[in-house]
Formats: sequence, structure tokens, C-alpha cells
Amino acid sequence: MKRLLINKIVLSLSTLSAFLGIVFLGWILTTLFIKGISSFHFSLFINDLINGGLRNLIIGQFVLVGLASVVGIPLGMVAGIYIREYGKGKYPSIIRSLSDIMMSAPSIVVGAFVYAIIVVPTGHTSGFAGAIALSIMMIPIVISTTDSMLSLVPKELREAGIALGASKYKVIFDIVIKSAKVGIMTGILLAIARIIGETAPLLFTSQTSNYLSFDLTHAYPSLTVSIYTLANDVEASSRDLAWAASFILTVLVLFINLTGKFITRNKK
Amino acid sequence: MEKLFQKISFSSATLVLIILIGIFISLFIAAKPAMSEYGLNFITNPVWNKEVVIANPNKQVKKDTTANKDDSVVENDFSDDDVIPMDDESNTNSITKTIYGGLVPLVGTIASTIIALIFSLPIAMGISIFLAEIAPTNISKVVGGAIELLAAIPSIIFGMWGLYYFAPLVADVFGGFQVSLLTAGLVLGVMILPFMAAITRDSMNTTPDVLKESAYALGATKFEVIKDIIFPYSKVGIIGSIILSLGRALGETMAVAFLIGSIFQLPHKLTDPTISIPVALANNFGEASGLGMSSLFYLAFILFVLSFAVISFAKFYFLRKVHA
Repeated sequence: MKRLLINKIVLSLSTLSAFLGIVFLGWILTTLFIKGISSFHFSLFINDLINGGLRNLIIGQFVLVGLASVVGIPLGMVAGIYIREYGKGKYPSIIRSLSDIMMSAPSIVVGAFVYAIIVVPTGHTSGFAGAIALSIMMIPIVISTTDSMLSLVPKELREAGIALGASKYKVIFDIVIKSAKVGIMTGILLAIARIIGETAPLLFTSQTSNYLSFDLTHAYPSLTVSIYTLANDVEASSRDLAWAASFILTVLVLFINLTGKFITRNKK
Repeated sequence: MEKLFQKISFSSATLVLIILIGIFISLFIAAKPAMSEYGLNFITNPVWNKEVVIANPNKQVKKDTTANKDDSVVENDFSDDDVIPMDDESNTNSITKTIYGGLVPLVGTIASTIIALIFSLPIAMGISIFLAEIAPTNISKVVGGAIELLAAIPSIIFGMWGLYYFAPLVADVFGGFQVSLLTAGLVLGVMILPFMAAITRDSMNTTPDVLKESAYALGATKFEVIKDIIFPYSKVGIIGSIILSLGRALGETMAVAFLIGSIFQLPHKLTDPTISIPVALANNFGEASGLGMSSLFYLAFILFVLSFAVISFAKFYFLRKVHA
């Protein structure tokens, strides 16, 4: 009897914890939705921060993430291909482990690193520094997905290609990558969703700016960094703006995230 | 073409190594002035940005500065480094220097991580038991997906929600300040929850069904199967997931920055505000210069080495089996 009672208690507690996890998610999303909708207005997309809007910040964040992706995705993919397809001996597994560690390394440290190697020598913060910091965050994530997606491609496919006389390079690009395409794309979407919400690496590399700018050699507008400064502002209107910005950011992140998951589910 | 691509792919992979070594070296070089100035005493020194008289010590002056410092700490919840007035000292001939110590942010980092761990561990275990053993497949998928969404929310959002909605609740229940070690630790706990639950569930799922079925056949209850079959079998992976989450929590910046209070003061109670290493970096990097800057890099270096050690310990000692 006692055994059954203990069993019941533990199982209920576990179910309760799962419920609690959902409550936290629901609480955060509801808060964001209510606060975000009440401060949301379409003029936010037309005005820049200097005029009480968010246009420059949203565009700025996209430019930073876009630039980071242009650098980070090819580098990460090619490095992932090396680890899975070309590497011999212990070297690839060492790189894989280091990349895994880098993926969990504190993002603020990446910011400090980029500050030391770019901001200090150039003398000021810049959009380039911010984009580089983000791409450093991105590379290990892309490596890890490329690596694990390529590992799912059956060996026979590669052997068939080689037996037909194709070069290794051709086999990788025409056969292996093609069959792992969906998985890699999902991984890349998740990587973008992950870095688009990053704040810490941008704090002292790109900082933020009140104006729309396409000059990446100076302080660059960033949605996340501005959320931080606005949220700590004494003015209630700034805090409202921060909520609206948080709402937009979260919708964006969750949308990219869910799209990625949806693609894989459909494929399966 | 073949050769060229091989070279490119090799260099890209090596880039990871170069970046990691680059981080280590550049942080070390930038921290060097502070390292040679304070040595390892940096870690045990609880003062930050305090001017001390090193020659011609004058008791009167010393008293005044400490009194001023205490006042400024009370008045400024978000302490400003430059706020400490030193009017008396400019009148004397004594030579002063500013000293920096890393004890407060180090304690803040470790304490908030421990609070996060204590809070999230039982809940994460519960969630993973629910997902792996209790819920039917379709419910487990939905709930698991929701928990994963929690992990996708940017940390700055956790910070804002924590500051304006969670912290007031915590302060109502436990008393004390809304920004404190406790609220920072708890929000940190919510953040690592999905992460810990996901890896724990994955390790639990590696338990062969045959083992579980034999136990059920012998009349074991579900709890007994979890306790005596699944836990021992996936113990290594679970411990690994805990340590890995700990590594995550150590370096978390934005959520903690909203909630810990950002003052360089040792917490006496859980509900006292203090500071952590990432937050010290986030809030002081912009204004710091000279030895203060170098001390921040020293902190960054300590954080990097600490999290590197924790994460690699988790990955290589515990999680090798799970992800192989």
C-alpha cells in the first residue's frame, strides 16, 4: 500500500513540475503579449528611436544578424563538413569538442574578446565588431548541426557516389549535402533564432544608436541592446517602448524557431 | 578544386581552435596589468574601485572615506563607480591608489548559480520524468515542445519579465529587495530549467526497454522502476546535464543584469543585492579605463576559465556516452 502511495505522490509531483514549466512559459508570453500589445503601434515601424519608434533598431538588428550569418554559416558548414567527411585521426574530434565548449561559453566573454581585438585597436565601437561577435557565437552552432546532420547520411550513399567515379568533393556537395539539406536548414534557422536575441556580445561591440544607419564603422543600432537601456530608463514611455520591442523580438524568435521545427516535422 | 576545398574546410575547422586560443590569449594580455598588480589576492579582495591611502596614512581621512562609502552604497541601488566623493583626500598630501578586487562578483556568480541549481533541479527532474515515463507520446511531444520554447526565449526577455513581474512576487514572499541574489538566482533557475530537463530526458530515454519491462513484470511500481532502473542506468548523463546547466548559469548575463542589483557589496542575506562577473562586465565595460578595465578583463578571464573547465568536465567526463 505504502509503495503505491509513494508512487502516486512522485508521479503527481512530476506532473506538477511539467505543469509549472508550462506556467512559466505561459506567464512570460502572456505578460509580453499584454504589455507588448498595449504599447504596440504601427508607427513604431516608421519612426526611428529618436522619434519614439523602433524602425532603426529592427533594421539594425537584421543587418547585424544578416552579416553575422553571411560570415558564420558558410564557415560553420565547411568546418562541419571537414569534421565529418575529411578529418583524419584525432584532430576532427578535438575540434568538435572545442566547438561544443565554445557553444556553451559565456556570450559576454565573446563580447570582451571582440572588444579587445577590434574595439580597442580601432578606438570606437562599430557595427562590424558587433557582427563579428555574433558570427563567433554562430559558428559552433552551425558546426554542431552540420556535423550531426551529415552523420545521419548513410555511408552507402557516399560509397555509391565514389564507385561511380565521382571525386570526394562532388560526392559531398551533390549527394551528402543534398540528402542532409532539410536538417541543415533547420539547424541554421535555429542558429539564427538563437543569435537574433543575443544582447551580451553586442553591449560593448556595436552598442546601439538612436538613428537609422548603414555605416557599419560606427556604433550601430541594435534592438536587444536598446531593450536593455530602455527597460532600465526612468521614463515610463521608454519602458513601454522596451515592452513593445521585447514583444516584437520574441515573436520574431519564436516564429523562426517554430518554422525550423515545422520544416523537420513535415519532412519526417 | 578538390585540394582547394580540402584546404578551405581544414582552415575553417582550425578557425575554432584559433578563436578559442585567441580568446584565452587576448583576455590574458588585457588582464595582465591587473594580474601583476594584485596577483591571486584579487580573488579574495572584496573591495572594488576604492581609493586607499598608501603613503602618509592619516586616520582622519581614512574614517571619512569609509563613512562616505557606506552612505553611497545605501543611497545608490545601482551603484555608480565614480560616486564616491574623496574631498578630504585632495587636501592632504597622501598618495592614494585605486584598488580592485574580484571577490564580490565571484561570490555573486557562484551563489546565484547555486540558487538556480537548487531551484531548478527538482523541477527539471520532475519534468523529465513526466516527459520520458508518464505522459503518452503525443502529450509528451506537446509539453516537450513547450518546454523547448521556454529555452528559445531570449535572456533579456527573462530579465524584463523577472524584474517587473517575478521579482515583486518573490519580494512579497521572502521580503527584502526586489533586486537581489535570490530573485536573480530564481530567474536563472527558470532559464536553465528547459535545458536541464531536455538533456536529462534524453539520458533517461537511453534506458533499454527490456530492463524496464523486466522490472514491471516483477511487480515494481513506476516510481521504483524510475528509482532503481532508470536513474542508475542514466546517472552519468543526468549528472552531466546538471553540470552543463551549471556552466550555462555561470555565464548568463542579461537576465541577471536586470535582477541582481549591480552593486559591489557582499550579500549578507539571500535577499541582498550584489553583482556577478558577467553583470560587472556588462555594466562597467563602457566607462572603465586603465587598471579598472584590466581588472574587468581579469574577471572575464576568470569566468572564461571557470566555465571552460565546468563545461569540458561535463562533456568529457559525463556526457560522452549520451551523445556518442
